[in-house]
Amino acid sequence: MIYSLLLMLGVGALAGVFGAILGIGGGMIITPILTLGMGLDIKYAIGASIIAVIATSSGSTIAYLKDEMLNLRVAMFLEIATTVGAVIGAVLTGLMHPTFLYFLFGALLVFTTYNMIRKLMGKGQDDQDAQADALATKLNLNGTYYDKALKKQVDYQVQNVPGGFIMMFGAGLASGLLGIGSGAFKVLAMDTIMHMPLKPSSATSNLMMGVTAAASAMVYFFNGSIKAGIAAPLAIGILLGALVGTRIMQHLKPRLIRMIFVPVMLYLGLQMIAKGFGVTI
Amino acid sequence: MSEKESKAKEMHQVELMIGQILRIGVIVSATVIALGIILMLIKGNGGYPNGVQPTGFRSIFTGVLALRPFAVIMLGLFLLILTPTLRVAVSIYAFAVEKDHLYVWITTVVLIILIVASIIGYFGS
Repeated sequence: MIYSLLLMLGVGALAGVFGAILGIGGGMIITPILTLGMGLDIKYAIGASIIAVIATSSGSTIAYLKDEMLNLRVAMFLEIATTVGAVIGAVLTGLMHPTFLYFLFGALLVFTTYNMIRKLMGKGQDDQDAQADALATKLNLNGTYYDKALKKQVDYQVQNVPGGFIMMFGAGLASGLLGIGSGAFKVLAMDTIMHMPLKPSSATSNLMMGVTAAASAMVYFFNGSIKAGIAAPLAIGILLGALVGTRIMQHLKPRLIRMIFVPVMLYLGLQMIAKGFGVTI
Repeated sequence: MSEKESKAKEMHQVELMIGQILRIGVIVSATVIALGIILMLIKGNGGYPNGVQPTGFRSIFTGVLALRPFAVIMLGLFLLILTPTLRVAVSIYAFAVEKDHLYVWITTVVLIILIVASIIGYFGS
């Protein structure tokens, strides 16, 4: 029992560090370890992932709020789309055949990988040059943050709000229906579609994914998918890991964070396409 | 100080307040979970026959009173699941203090969706 406790603590800490830096849920680290490594039923792995997402989100949001890294208005506005998507997704589970969705969302992530590589190749500096659209100004979405790695205040504008809103609905649907991609699609929507800088995109995704997950967490909590002996050490490990991750992230160059994103997005995309073919990795 | 700067400062105050409440929520839930783990280590098991664990409010409540490790852990996990909802609720107040009526509405809508989802989750499972 001690061994599995320590293992879960360690896995959690790792997932917490990465999750806090990238704004993703850490399910892609946890699920394979639980299912392939420990032979746990996928039902319990999904339950543990939901707890992981909430722990990463709440753990990292404390620091990102204090350091004004995240954009509270963007988060709350887009949260309407993700929570509605998540509820519809959860209700539709079982009614819909998810194969098509796995292909669709998988392809989307592979495309994002390509897009991120192109951005890396294009410019030395990773700053964004978006023009605020009228809706972003009306909704007061444009923001600012202090980049500790670049040592400067970065003001940014937000564009293509409707596109981001639709993508966020898709992100909610995916996490409700498939239990995956809680953070990756949110970063995609903010970074790729709305042209927000990567750091606030990741921090804001961290805040949002907890709220989206909370919408479906109750289902998993009350139907017994959450195993206490596994979820508890995992949650503690993640909270500690997220604490460290938020410190690290602020000192990383945006370009370096994007480099970390490339293999992660590609892996997630291929994982989803493989699931479409009925292979779980 | 310009109006924009004072507004930014006010916003930061609000963010600090949300952060503070969130921190309390996270610390409380983490402490309860950690207590559950310690209990589990002391007793050497979860306090329930193999495979069984409490999921309803009543079984968790009676389990916590009996200091059963899994029940204490489930209470802590439940509190952890509540933290994002708490964050949304506090944000409504924060935007109200700022007199940002548009975002008071937006955030209220999010909270209502969350509550509806939780109710669906509780009764639908």
